[in-house]
Amino acid sequence: MMVATVTVLARSRNLFAVIVLSGIYSFLMATVLVALDAVDVAMTEAAVGAGISTVLLLGALHLCRSDEAKPLQAPWRSLAMAVATVGVLVYGTYGLPPFSDPQAPIHRHVAPRYLNDSVKETGVPNVVTAVLASYRGYDTLGETTVVFTAGIGVIALLRRRGKQREKDAA
Amino acid sequence: MKDDLVLRVVTKLFIPFILLFALYVQFHGDFGPGGGFQAGVIIAAAIIFYAIIFGLPTTRRVVPDWLVETMVAAGVLLYGLVGVTGILLGGNFLDYFVLGATPVAGQLRGIFWIEVGVAITVSGVMLKTFYMFAARARDE
Repeated sequence: MMVATVTVLARSRNLFAVIVLSGIYSFLMATVLVALDAVDVAMTEAAVGAGISTVLLLGALHLCRSDEAKPLQAPWRSLAMAVATVGVLVYGTYGLPPFSDPQAPIHRHVAPRYLNDSVKETGVPNVVTAVLASYRGYDTLGETTVVFTAGIGVIALLRRRGKQREKDAA
Repeated sequence: MKDDLVLRVVTKLFIPFILLFALYVQFHGDFGPGGGFQAGVIIAAAIIFYAIIFGLPTTRRVVPDWLVETMVAAGVLLYGLVGVTGILLGGNFLDYFVLGATPVAGQLRGIFWIEVGVAITVSGVMLKTFYMFAARARDE
């Protein structure tokens, strides 16, 4: 179903259809993430990917024409680039340990300590929250700062535009 | 869409539950899935939902711009403040062990407050971005 959605998405020239399809794709992705037991990520994907970004894209669509312009040249070069990148990435996965291998290095470094001691050390039964907020507190601070910076960037870009227009009108 | 009776009633019915679910995700994040980021996004989504149905001016009266802009910065400041409090009480930056009577109580308190900080910043940024885009669309 995701393959069908992406195929239609890539072929469509109507941007409204593209936005709706990408919303559908996000919901399908959220379903996949639930199947992988990553409920946190699924929740985020459904709310951000399918909800808020769809609304923002519709807002942007309101500002421009709803049909995609014809590309200047045939996209063969981009296609070749994408296929090459996929090839390299797939080749890279052969170096990874097999999926859900308990002996993989990532499961033997700090993960056992998190899983065994996090309740004792932090009193939080949800290991994800314990790692995110306590053991990896610096990373989460950085992440919050990134969100903050993105917001400030949007304000800086769009607000100046609005003020200038007021000045022009006056 | 302001005049559609069904949409208005359904929106008014839904929004309290969406907000309640956001709070559940926020404060139950210690035990189940969820946490600050998810809760912040859900809060923003609820308010954007309201804005789509009732229009931007009404929403700006309910959740004014200054409040949203303060939220953007306040969350990060709250997070940093938790870290600095750790230093003042004799630990390292973001060291929660010193925040409570016992190390575990300190951890719980620290995690609680930084999750609140994350939620505030995330919902502030999402709302501000939406306000910006929606206001532009209305101008032109």
